Amino acid sequence: MAEMWINMGPQHPMTHGLWNLRVKVDGEVIVDAVPEIGYLHRGMEKLFENRTYTQIAPITDRLCYGSSFTWNHLYCLTAEKLMGLEIPERAKYIRVMAIEIQRIGNHLMWLGAYAADLGLLTGFIWALREREIFIDLMQSLSGSRLTYNYARIGGVAADLPTNFERDCLRAVDYFERKLPEHEALYGKSKIFLMRNEGVGILKREDAINLGVTGPVLRASNAKIDIRKENPYEVYDEIDFEPHCSDLCDCYGRYLVRMNEMKESCKIIRQTLKKMPAGPVRVKTPLEGAPGEAFGRVEDSRGEGMMYVIGDGTEKPYRLKVRSPLFVTLSAAKKMLVGYKLADVVAIMGSIDVCMGETDK
Amino acid sequence: MATAKNRPAKQSDFHVKLARELPPLLDNMPLDFEAKDDWLATMRCDKGAILKLSKILSERFIFEHFSLVTAVDRLDKFELIYHITSYQNHCMLEIRVAVPKDDAKVPSVTPVWGGANWHEREAYDMMGIVFEGHPDPRRILLPQDYLYFPLRKDFNMEGE
Repeated sequence: MAEMWINMGPQHPMTHGLWNLRVKVDGEVIVDAVPEIGYLHRGMEKLFENRTYTQIAPITDRLCYGSSFTWNHLYCLTAEKLMGLEIPERAKYIRVMAIEIQRIGNHLMWLGAYAADLGLLTGFIWALREREIFIDLMQSLSGSRLTYNYARIGGVAADLPTNFERDCLRAVDYFERKLPEHEALYGKSKIFLMRNEGVGILKREDAINLGVTGPVLRASNAKIDIRKENPYEVYDEIDFEPHCSDLCDCYGRYLVRMNEMKESCKIIRQTLKKMPAGPVRVKTPLEGAPGEAFGRVEDSRGEGMMYVIGDGTEKPYRLKVRSPLFVTLSAAKKMLVGYKLADVVAIMGSIDVCMGETDK
Repeated sequence: MATAKNRPAKQSDFHVKLARELPPLLDNMPLDFEAKDDWLATMRCDKGAILKLSKILSERFIFEHFSLVTAVDRLDKFELIYHITSYQNHCMLEIRVAVPKDDAKVPSVTPVWGGANWHEREAYDMMGIVFEGHPDPRRILLPQDYLYFPLRKDFNMEGE
């Protein structure tokens, strides 16, 4: 049969944003795949160079709408390293707690979108129902629902609001009670298993060589989590276990994210218990010191990294963003070739696409 | 940020090994090897030797993961800063490569680390540095027929 190219995107329900996946098919089997990105490029790195350190913080939220706090935090962490600031212990605990709330929210958004991709609309409604609780928690912390701008260089914007601890524990209890229902919805669904098991296999060596990180890497049987490898903030004082799976397929990625949400609940409980009293913010200089610094965190999608070069003025000379999905997407060909065209939706859905951070 | 109580030792055994074994493998090129803490080390490399260095690092010292390449416009020259991670030896290496403006060409390291593919395309797209031997040397974020390299410091932001 003649081979042909098919454009999936830039307007296609599979893309979750604006990008184009060109697949070459022989009949129904994929023989080549080329992702084309750039439709959402906003010139973030040039914007950073022309703003002061304080002005940059709210733009970093826009790197990813699903996981905005982790990017906001990563920027503040990097700027603090450049300025040589030590932030109060309480602020560190609040940050870790907020990161994990954000991680649950992001994974639930992924779960909902993934379920909808595979035709499980009940899963979509359920996941967004639980996500609402975590968005409400972030809203009570920061005042906004998606782009929080809650981390500040030198700490966080404000201390916890009244009764936050009670609400947070309630939310975590409720979520842990509900999670088995979600697992039953997917794990016992024959259609879900048929479309996931053995589909989109990415072997461990390939995943590491292609620079894939985060849940996709851990689903390829590599137990690598930056929260454990290079603990930042107070992750070294918290007891948790990164999960991995040896299935290397879409189902493995689903399992890793589900288990990660359970770990996040554990981390939130511990931070609330261990959080000391005290100030949440220190005074910061306006200028970044001359020199370089980089921050490296485990974003919801993998290794998020920012590298900043300061020249002693109040604007950075260069600020480079490493987006985890930018690299994971480049490994798409490895995951797609050999599978059927109908599997594209499942495979691309399982890597949790967010175009904001990819296109920058 | 490392606090006083958990600040790690200055240099790991692996860094000592790297500093001792790397120069003879690279014809005693001056590397300015320096350990920042027990995890991060920085070094310098000539632009012609970067592919050779990558192969050595990947095969002999098991640096599996390519984290990032940053292109910087230093006005008189370009600078490429590679961040390469070894999960196994728990080490990150920061390699600085100076690239002259009138000959902005560097060998690509994509054959060694597949993860460098799109990072190098982005560096070309934004700064105009050509990576020789790259399997797919096209622009990535900007349109293919775009005329400028916007992250250069002389890029006119007000338009023409």
